[in-house]
Amino acid sequence: MLDYVIKRTGQVVVVLFLALTAVFFIIRLSGDPTALFLPPDAPREQLEQFRKQLGFDRPLHVQYTEFMTKAVQGDFGTSLRTREDALQMVINRIPATFQLAFTSLGLSLLIAIPIGIQSAYRRNTWFDQAGVAATVLGQALPSFWLGLILIYLFAVQLQWLPTGGGGSLVHLILPALTLAAYSVARFARFTRSTMLDVLRKDYIRTAKASGVPTYKILSVYALKNTLIPIITLVALDLGVLLGGAVIVEVVFSWPGMGRLLMQSLLNRDFPVVMAGVFLIAFIYAVINFVVDLLYAYVNPQIRFK
Amino acid sequence: MNQSTLTEAAVNPRPAPLSRKREPAWRTYMRRLVKSPTGLAGFLIIFVVVILGIFGPWLAPYDPNQAEFAKKLLPPLTDGHLLGTDQLGRDIFSRLIHGTSVSLIIGSCTVLFAGLIGTILGVVAGYFRGWADIIIMRIVDVKLSFPFILLVLVINAVIGAGLQNIIISLVFAGWIVYARVVRSEVLALREKEFILSCVATGVPRWEIIVKHIVPNLFTPIIVLSSLQIATYIIAEASISFLGFGVQPPQPAWGNMLSEGKDYIFSAWWLITFPGVAIVMTALGVNLFGDWLRDVLDPELKGH
Repeated sequence: MLDYVIKRTGQVVVVLFLALTAVFFIIRLSGDPTALFLPPDAPREQLEQFRKQLGFDRPLHVQYTEFMTKAVQGDFGTSLRTREDALQMVINRIPATFQLAFTSLGLSLLIAIPIGIQSAYRRNTWFDQAGVAATVLGQALPSFWLGLILIYLFAVQLQWLPTGGGGSLVHLILPALTLAAYSVARFARFTRSTMLDVLRKDYIRTAKASGVPTYKILSVYALKNTLIPIITLVALDLGVLLGGAVIVEVVFSWPGMGRLLMQSLLNRDFPVVMAGVFLIAFIYAVINFVVDLLYAYVNPQIRFK
Repeated sequence: MNQSTLTEAAVNPRPAPLSRKREPAWRTYMRRLVKSPTGLAGFLIIFVVVILGIFGPWLAPYDPNQAEFAKKLLPPLTDGHLLGTDQLGRDIFSRLIHGTSVSLIIGSCTVLFAGLIGTILGVVAGYFRGWADIIIMRIVDVKLSFPFILLVLVINAVIGAGLQNIIISLVFAGWIVYARVVRSEVLALREKEFILSCVATGVPRWEIIVKHIVPNLFTPIIVLSSLQIATYIIAEASISFLGFGVQPPQPAWGNMLSEGKDYIFSAWWLITFPGVAIVMTALGVNLFGDWLRDVLDPELKGH
């Protein structure tokens, strides 16, 4: 197990190192990064001065070495707007984003797994077909539009919930539902297909023949073997969820990392953008790392691959 | 099976295939498509979208950018405006039709280029293995550690807005899906006997790849592409909604929603119809893609 932990840790470090490199080069895709940091109508002298100040006039490999040395220590520079530490600004927003992401994750699992199980059990009935139709529709719904429609219905028309903002549970309901919609569709579909495979297994038939009640077969015997593939999908989807959170946070003015990133992109505040993009990659890598370790712990075959 | 059926089969073999011409493949597919309500619905939606995308400028009743302040925020079905007008008095129906071509161009170009780049890199990684494989798969790993939409947004913010740049950023972030799928297909293919026998008889590498590997990749690539198009169309709409994609006044479904959201309290039609257009298109593409997968890859049916 220890060997596996060391090997996976090494892989995570390499990926994060390369992710930092990617951030460095993406900012330079346009050729001259100085222009990104200033408004388009900035005078020439200011551009030159700024280029010197940020070190963009030096050779690329010198800039790269300096960027990497500082970034590894968590120094992405200071925000061009507020002069605060860029990484710290993003870190401060983590709780809000996690609150949103994990609420909607819990919500979608709570809705999707029972629907998936029922669709598999009642295969090809109206329930199953309605479920399939709903999941197909769910995958075609862009989250930002669903968010707008929910705001229109529940905030503008019924006036039950606020249109946006953060701070309380009431503010969390609509963004969490919006973000959950996409995952519900995916999770339900996946639970259904995994469950169909499991229900064909011999041990389920044996359980049925021994007179075990249906609800117990579904919720205990079959569910256990369905959960492992579902956990993998959840881990894979956390990236989608974090990415989706960026858009949903903007629609609902939810004060998380995504909204900060969008504002920083619009303000051309690139130190904050770089810190944010890297932090999201970092979180994602850590989550995957933990999931992999859990896996290896549960299933010894993986350790020896 | 009993004696009588055996003799019957022996005496009366299948009707000779020579007597009848084989049905062309496209007719077989059409016959199967007509039998599948969802596949047919998807096909019809795509057909309408493509027609609107190509002939939109001639079909739209109004100039999409013709502002008429006296007629601003008219509700649907008033004054000859089928879906109403927006905050500048522009006809929403005409803007929607013009926006179709944006989605169509983005969807098809991105699938084409991302597919091409991803396939080439996937074949190289899967067939040649070694260093090429390690480098390509490391790049894939790194790209996967950024959420797709975030990567597209940041690249777009750096290289600037506009149709061409959206396609560039979508391709930049999107080829990895193809590379992964193609690589794993190639890894399986190169161990197959027909490839091994090619290698053993000294067929040149490029000929193995072009004549024997690539034709076997068409099915997975087509199935993947049909489902990716919807992802790209939705991604473009999201980026344009956030203000980094297609810039106003050029009409795109995403930026129409972005402009409309400021009028959510007074004019519901501004945020409704562009969204319906996106959902219908994505739905059509996905339904058709699902049908295509069932037909081309029957093993996956029911999953």
